[in-house]
Amino acid sequence: MTTIDHSSPIGQALKKCPTGIQGLDEVTFGGLPLGRTALICGAAGCGKTLMAMQFLVNGAVLYDEPGVFMSFEENEAELAENFSSLGVNLNDLVQQKKISLDYVHMDRSEITETGEYDLEGLFVRLDYAISSTGAKRVVLDTIEALFSGLSNVTILRAELRRLFRWLKDRGVTAIVTGEQGNGTLTRHGIEEYVSDCVILLDHKVVDQISTRRLRIAKYRGSAHGTNEYPFLIDDQGICIMPITSIGLNASASKMRISSGVERLDTMLGGQGFYVGSSILISGTAGIGKSSLAASAVDAACRRGERCLYFAFEESSSQIVRNMKSIGIDLEQWMSQGLLQFHTSRPTLLGLEMHLVNMYKKVNQFNPQIVVVDPITNMTAAGNFADAKLMITRLLDFLKLRNITLLLLDLSSVNHTEQTAIGISSLSDTWIALRDIELNGERNRGLYILKSRGTAHSNQIREFVLTDHGIDLLDVYTGTEGVFTGSARYIQVEKEKAQRLLHNQEIERKRREIDRKRQLMETAIADLKVTFEADKDDLEKVIHQEEVRLRIQDKNREQLATVRKADDMK
Amino acid sequence: MYTSIEQRFVETKHDDIWLLTLYIAGQTPKSVRAFANLRSICEIYLAGKYKIEIIDLVKSPQMGRTDQILAIPTLIRRLPAPLVKIIGDLSNTEKVLVGLRIDPK
Repeated sequence: MTTIDHSSPIGQALKKCPTGIQGLDEVTFGGLPLGRTALICGAAGCGKTLMAMQFLVNGAVLYDEPGVFMSFEENEAELAENFSSLGVNLNDLVQQKKISLDYVHMDRSEITETGEYDLEGLFVRLDYAISSTGAKRVVLDTIEALFSGLSNVTILRAELRRLFRWLKDRGVTAIVTGEQGNGTLTRHGIEEYVSDCVILLDHKVVDQISTRRLRIAKYRGSAHGTNEYPFLIDDQGICIMPITSIGLNASASKMRISSGVERLDTMLGGQGFYVGSSILISGTAGIGKSSLAASAVDAACRRGERCLYFAFEESSSQIVRNMKSIGIDLEQWMSQGLLQFHTSRPTLLGLEMHLVNMYKKVNQFNPQIVVVDPITNMTAAGNFADAKLMITRLLDFLKLRNITLLLLDLSSVNHTEQTAIGISSLSDTWIALRDIELNGERNRGLYILKSRGTAHSNQIREFVLTDHGIDLLDVYTGTEGVFTGSARYIQVEKEKAQRLLHNQEIERKRREIDRKRQLMETAIADLKVTFEADKDDLEKVIHQEEVRLRIQDKNREQLATVRKADDMK
Repeated sequence: MYTSIEQRFVETKHDDIWLLTLYIAGQTPKSVRAFANLRSICEIYLAGKYKIEIIDLVKSPQMGRTDQILAIPTLIRRLPAPLVKIIGDLSNTEKVLVGLRIDPK
């Protein structure tokens, strides 16, 4: 029985009236149906009046659409008082004629019913309020109070039907609220008159932790989120986080940021973490997870980036003090507004609420780095599967915004390569810190178990906390095994001694060569001397022989001449 | 509260005037019927000491808020105090008398 709005051509999507309530416009894809009546129902104290009033106040302040609030339960003064705690000054808005408050008082004991009547008085009042403010938005809170004020249900039902028809004809976007009934949406079944949009509010308590939830039970003519969405009521009113709608379509950044530990950057392919990646730092208690996170935070703040630190175990002052002992001054960044801590016990809120809270804080602070210390404690606020789901959603949410996330995970001693809530596969980089027990000592070892998209080192490094931050040292890896701590020191010394011995040996051999060369050279010189002497003697003999030959020849010639011999030639 | 006949007599002396306001919204059959019923009841039981004021909400809508009017027609007994409201077309005389706290004698 809906009439077609002639102002919009057929086929065009239903026009929406934005509520201005964070998240609600997202799950309804734009707001409440424009010019129609929506029903908000739920049990007492689940935020119906607040949501309705926020709809009006946002209309008046953000969209310049005045509104009428007709209250059947609280009077004008009470309403103004209740909403002043949200920083809304209703009296001002009333004076500026942006909001009209009308308190409808009914007391059955004052009223006698006789004969036929109708609720024209209510219509006239509403009409007067709408026309005197030019209202586009109307709230009736809680219309069901009429049922307790008047006894003739037949008349009431007929008049309610007429009222909703009338509101539609006036073209105002209206919210009626209704108390949840037994097995029905509202106590008096007014959902049968409001057919366009029904929003259910709920307040669930699981394991003594309460979570407010919202569900759109019906939205005629429009797509809408169908899940139960957790929501938060804080000093800014209602905030809904439609996290489940986040998909896997975050774009991956190629930018890198330093981890704050130079050698760790080297291990991660020389440039540190990817911007917008999720880094899991796991390790047993007291291993230095927070310290590693703090040095990353320190490095980020040094670059002028904003960091948001969610601490679920320690107070912010405790973290600041502890980090000071390793030479990291976080206080300066806090006072410069670059670092914000949010500390809470996991059991304070349900998981959903933690998530909504984080979402909100991230939106407000707009950080580049988020630290969650530790995620393991989340299981205290919900079961294993829920905690995993929650972290998954947080991860997706931050990735979408290109925010780097450091997750600290406390692993149990026996399962150091297994995170408590099984999220290791989700994270991009996994740095494991592990105790290495040797010779009655515990030393810290650091490994990179995985790092997507980087050429990372497969080496174990010894992780040392010093008074000037974190140092990574090479562990001794040799033929005799892997040593850390003092064992490494001893091993290194031992090696030094051995080297010394080897060097001495080499030196000795070298000297021997020299000596041998000398011996050789002396021998050569001796031989030479002998040779020279022999040569002299022999030459002398040769000469004597030659002289003797010449003399013989001469003698023979003389003899021939004497004998007058023939010329021999 | 229980009052004796003598006391009521004294009261009537003081609060001799019955000030009644009938809220209507336009000349609807119900409103016309209510006014006729009221007139006849007053003539019978409050002859000479009543005054009826008719407020048409269509003409003066702001009055609806002042007197907390929801249903139409609504009859308000302003005097004598306390204020009493009766809604409907006043067709059940007995109920109207009880509602207005008029003793039919």
